[in-house]
Amino acid sequence: MTLVFSQLFTGISIGAVLLLIALGLSLTFGQMNVINMAHGEFIMAGAYTVYVLQQVISGAGVSLLVALPVAFLVAGAMGVVLERLLIRRLYTRRLDTLLVTWGVSLLLQQLARDVFGAPNVQTQAPELLTGSVKILSTGAGDLVLANSRLFILALALLAVAALTLLLRATPLGRRVRAVVQNRDLAAASGIATGRVDRVTFFIGSGLAGVAGVALTLVGPIGPTMGTNIIIDAFLVVVVGGIGQLKGTVIVAFALGMMQSLVEYSTTISVAKVLVFLAIVAFLQWRPQGLFTLRTRSLA
Amino acid sequence: MFRVRGHRTAATAAVLTAALMLGACGRTTGQGAAPQASADTSGATVKIGLLNSLSGTMAISEVTVKNALLLAVEEINAAGGVLGKKIEPISEDGASDWPTFAEKSQKLISQDRVAAVFGCWTSASRKAVKPVYEKNKALLFYPVQYEGLEQSPYIYYTGATTNQQIVPALDYLKSKGKTSLYLVGSDYVFPRTANKIIKAYAAANGMKILGEEYAPLGSTEFSTITNKVKASGASAVFNTLNGDSNVAFFKEYKSAGLTAAKMPVLSVSIAEEEVKSIGTQYLEGQLTAWNYYQTTPGKANETFVKAYKAKYGQDKPTSDPMEAAYVSVHLWKAMVEKAGSFDVEKVRAAGAGGGITFDAPEGKVTVDGPTQHVFKTARIGEVGPDGLISEVWNSGEPIKPDPYLKDYDWASGLA
Repeated sequence: MTLVFSQLFTGISIGAVLLLIALGLSLTFGQMNVINMAHGEFIMAGAYTVYVLQQVISGAGVSLLVALPVAFLVAGAMGVVLERLLIRRLYTRRLDTLLVTWGVSLLLQQLARDVFGAPNVQTQAPELLTGSVKILSTGAGDLVLANSRLFILALALLAVAALTLLLRATPLGRRVRAVVQNRDLAAASGIATGRVDRVTFFIGSGLAGVAGVALTLVGPIGPTMGTNIIIDAFLVVVVGGIGQLKGTVIVAFALGMMQSLVEYSTTISVAKVLVFLAIVAFLQWRPQGLFTLRTRSLA
Repeated sequence: MFRVRGHRTAATAAVLTAALMLGACGRTTGQGAAPQASADTSGATVKIGLLNSLSGTMAISEVTVKNALLLAVEEINAAGGVLGKKIEPISEDGASDWPTFAEKSQKLISQDRVAAVFGCWTSASRKAVKPVYEKNKALLFYPVQYEGLEQSPYIYYTGATTNQQIVPALDYLKSKGKTSLYLVGSDYVFPRTANKIIKAYAAANGMKILGEEYAPLGSTEFSTITNKVKASGASAVFNTLNGDSNVAFFKEYKSAGLTAAKMPVLSVSIAEEEVKSIGTQYLEGQLTAWNYYQTTPGKANETFVKAYKAKYGQDKPTSDPMEAAYVSVHLWKAMVEKAGSFDVEKVRAAGAGGGITFDAPEGKVTVDGPTQHVFKTARIGEVGPDGLISEVWNSGEPIKPDPYLKDYDWASGLA
C-alpha cells in the first residue's frame, strides 16, 4: 500500500518536472508555433546560473532562491536575442527554424563546454531540500515524500498559475492571445505584433531558465543536459495540443503517472517504449493533440 | 515541388550510399594491403600511439587518461628515454566512435609505424580494435577496468579484471554481513556481464539478489528505481551505472531518505573525477571498488600526484584509470628494455618470461605472462567529505589476474 502511494507521488513528481520543462515551450512552440530546438539549452543556462551564483553567494538556500529570478532573466534575455537575430526572420519557414535553432543549440552546448568544462559541475542543494518528509509509517515501511520533489511541484504549479493569470487577466495576455489566434487581424487592430512576439518569447525562454534551476535538485548539470530533456518537453506540448496551456498541464501529469506506474510493474526501458507507443496511438486518434484552439481563421 | 525534392533526396541518398561503399572498399583493401607493419625504430626517436576520445561523450574521462600517458612519456624522456631513444607520442582522437578507433589504430600501425599503442576506454572500443591489432601483430595497452572474459595475444590489460575488482568487492560486502543485494546498472555490455558474474557469486555464497534494474545510458529519472530499491529492503546496492545517470541516481537516493549507513551503495564506475561532478553532498560515505585512489599511501604515489597536479592544475584529481594508463607506459618500457629491442614479438616474449615489474603509485605491479594482465591489489574505498576516496579495506597483496575466472568453481558456467 505504501508503495502504491509512493509510486503515485513519483508519478506526480515526474509530471511536475515534465510540466516545468514543457511550460516555456508551450508558449514559444504552442502559442507562437516556433520550433525552438535551443529551448533545452536555455534550461541548461538556468542550471549553470545556479552554479555561477553559488561561486558568489555562499548559502545554498539563498543562492537557489536568488537563482530563480536571475535564471529567468538570463534565459529570457537569451531567448530575446535569438528571436531578434534569427527566429524573427523565419516565422514563415518552420523547417528552417528547426535547423537554425538546432545549430544554435549545438553552439550553446559548445560554449558551455568551453566556459565551464566538459565534465558535469556540482551545485550544493540546501540541506532542507535534500531530505524528505514522512507522511505515514506502516509496517511495510514509511511513506516519505522527497522535499526536492515537493519544491518542484510547488514551483511548477506556481508557474502555471502565474502564466494563466498573465494570459487571462492582463492587457499583455490579451494581446498575446490575439496574436496567436490571428496575427494579421491583430496587426490590423493596431497591436504591435513584433513587440508581442518578443515579450512572449522572453517569458517562454525565461520559464526554461526557471526549469533549469529546479533540475539542479534532481539531475546532472552539464553541457548536454538540454538535449536529454528537450524531446520529453516537445512530446508533452504536442500531445497536449498546440496553443493550449491546460493540455500541457494535463498531459505532463498523465505521462508522469503512466511512466511511473508502468515502470513500477516492468522496467524503465519497457516503460519508455510503452509510453511512446501510447503517444503514437493517441496522435493517430487525435493528431491535433488533446485540446485544440478553435478559431475562425482559415490558416 | 515535393516530387522534385523527392528525386533530389533519392539522388543524394544514392550518392551517399555509393560514397560509403567506396569508402568501405577502400578501407578493406587498405587493411588487406597493409604490410606486416613492423614498427619503424630506425630514427633517433621511437614513436608510440596514444588513442583516446578527445571529443564526444567519452572525452570527459579519456582526456584524463591521455594526460596521464603524456606525463609518463615526459618522465621517461627526462630520464633518457627507452634503449637510448626519446619517445615521440602521436595522439589520435577516437571521437567516442568505435569504428573510428579501429581506423585510427590502423593508421597508427601502418602509416606512423608506432612501436605500441596506448588507450581505449569503453569495452565497445576495445572490442572494435582487437582484430586490428591481432591482424597486424601490433601491441595495444588497455588501461581501464573491464568485464573480463577476454584475452588477446596483442593486448596488455593494465586495468583490473573482474577477479581484481568485482569479486573482492563482493567478498567485502559479504564480510560486512551485507548478504542481500540490489543490482542497478546501465543497459550495455559491462553492467550486464558484471551482474551475471555477481549473480553466480551470490548463488554460490548464500547471498540473495533482490532485484536487478537496467537504465538506458543517459537516463536521468530514477525515482521509480529508487522506490523499488527502498521497498526491497536490501542490505546494500551494487551500482554499475555509468555517466550522467549516476548523478540523478544519487540525488534521488538521498532524497528518498536512504543513506550510506542504512543501505550503502558500492559503485565500480565512480572515481575521484566522477565524485567531483556528482557532488560530495550526495556521495559521502558511499563505497567504491578500485585498485588505486589518490589517497593511496606510498612514495611512488606522492610523486605521481604531485607531478600530475604540477602539470595539469592543483584542482585536478588522479584516479584509477589514469594511474593504470601511467603504469602501462612504464611497463612497456620495462619489457622493451628486457627484450633489448622494440620488436613486438621480442617484447611479448620478454613479457611472457615474467619478472616485469614497476613501482607504481598503487604499489608494485607485476605483469602476468600468460594472461598479459597485471597483478593488482583490490581496494575498497569510502567517499570522504572532501570528495577524495579513502581506503577502508584492501586485499593485502596483489591478486593474480584471472580474466576467465578459472580458479572460481562458481564461475564455471560463465565463460
